[in-house]
Amino acid sequence: MSNVIPNLTPQPSVTSASNSSEFLQGAKATIPMIIGAIPFGIIFGTLAESSGLSIWGAMAMSLFVYAGSSQFIALGLLATGVGPIIIIATTLVVNLRHLLYATALVDKISHLSHGWRALLAFGLTDESFAVVNGRYLGHTDTARAHWFFLGSIVAMYSNWQLCTWLGIGLGELFPDMTNWGLDFAMSVTFLGIVIPYLRNKPMWLAVISAATFAMILRDLPHQLGLVIAALSGVCIGYASQQIELRIKPAKVASTATNTESTKTTNTKTGSTKP
Amino acid sequence: MNETMMIAGMALVTFSVRYVMFAMAGRIRFPLWFKQALTYVPPVVLSAIIAPLILMPEGYLDISLANPYFWAAVVAASVGFWRQHLLTTIVVGLVSFVLIKWMMS
Repeated sequence: MSNVIPNLTPQPSVTSASNSSEFLQGAKATIPMIIGAIPFGIIFGTLAESSGLSIWGAMAMSLFVYAGSSQFIALGLLATGVGPIIIIATTLVVNLRHLLYATALVDKISHLSHGWRALLAFGLTDESFAVVNGRYLGHTDTARAHWFFLGSIVAMYSNWQLCTWLGIGLGELFPDMTNWGLDFAMSVTFLGIVIPYLRNKPMWLAVISAATFAMILRDLPHQLGLVIAALSGVCIGYASQQIELRIKPAKVASTATNTESTKTTNTKTGSTKP
Repeated sequence: MNETMMIAGMALVTFSVRYVMFAMAGRIRFPLWFKQALTYVPPVVLSAIIAPLILMPEGYLDISLANPYFWAAVVAASVGFWRQHLLTTIVVGLVSFVLIKWMMS
């Protein structure tokens, strides 16, 4: 994912950096994500009132839930008159992916105190995961990388609060802002995060099948379609990776011995190495 | 009241999902197949979220000239693959979306 944080990879100085410079690097690497989150945060604030959420409710959601896509989905459900229990359940389902983000990072943070872990977990969004995962994969020395992680979270979090607040204000000034299509900002940010992953056939297959399933199953209740689409995508990707591993060594018999191990490493860090 | 309960519930489930693995760090080991399958999770989930938003904004599959989400995404993706730079992708995507919408109106 060196492409996500282009200004970090060529700097060996990071390895001996202080806590504060790690923190700043983390905030800096998050800038592209912030650009995408600005219109998205604003549109959240704007939509809140017309969906039936109070101003304080919108602010509290950004402060305490802090999960862009599920806040957005909650507004949609509120607008159609769905009750709180269903909204909470949907939030759980939509955010289950963060469990998998946490699983991917858990070995890197196991040396930290519980306070640190709770803090970093609270801020584990799609955006910070993408940036922080790039940091952990791109460098061998990760002793101070939790400061990088925190820097990313603080930058992303402050921006999200500011934009929600701005959106609430703008929504009162321009009631027709909801038709401007600012929700495209989330789509294009996520699209930008996905692109560096698309470096091998199994990944392409996984992404295309997940997208197709998500569209076919779009009308299933409570975002079930999203969950099924994601699970099928992961299974299809993993299965085709296994099939590829089994076919390739047979094709190139001479190099068969190290193909499997190389392939495995490539896929694990697939997003970092071109 | 209802609203407070709803937000508290959302905050609780979101934090739990993010924290549970971190809380148990060092006490669970995952098999290799699980870790390999995990590498597919971020791109797969994100594309499952955005595909319907981009390709069926009105509720049906729409890749006609009348769908600015689709065309702006095509432009953003082309730039993304070409430049391999996130900020460029996002900015170009947003600008082309505004331009395409403006041209259509």
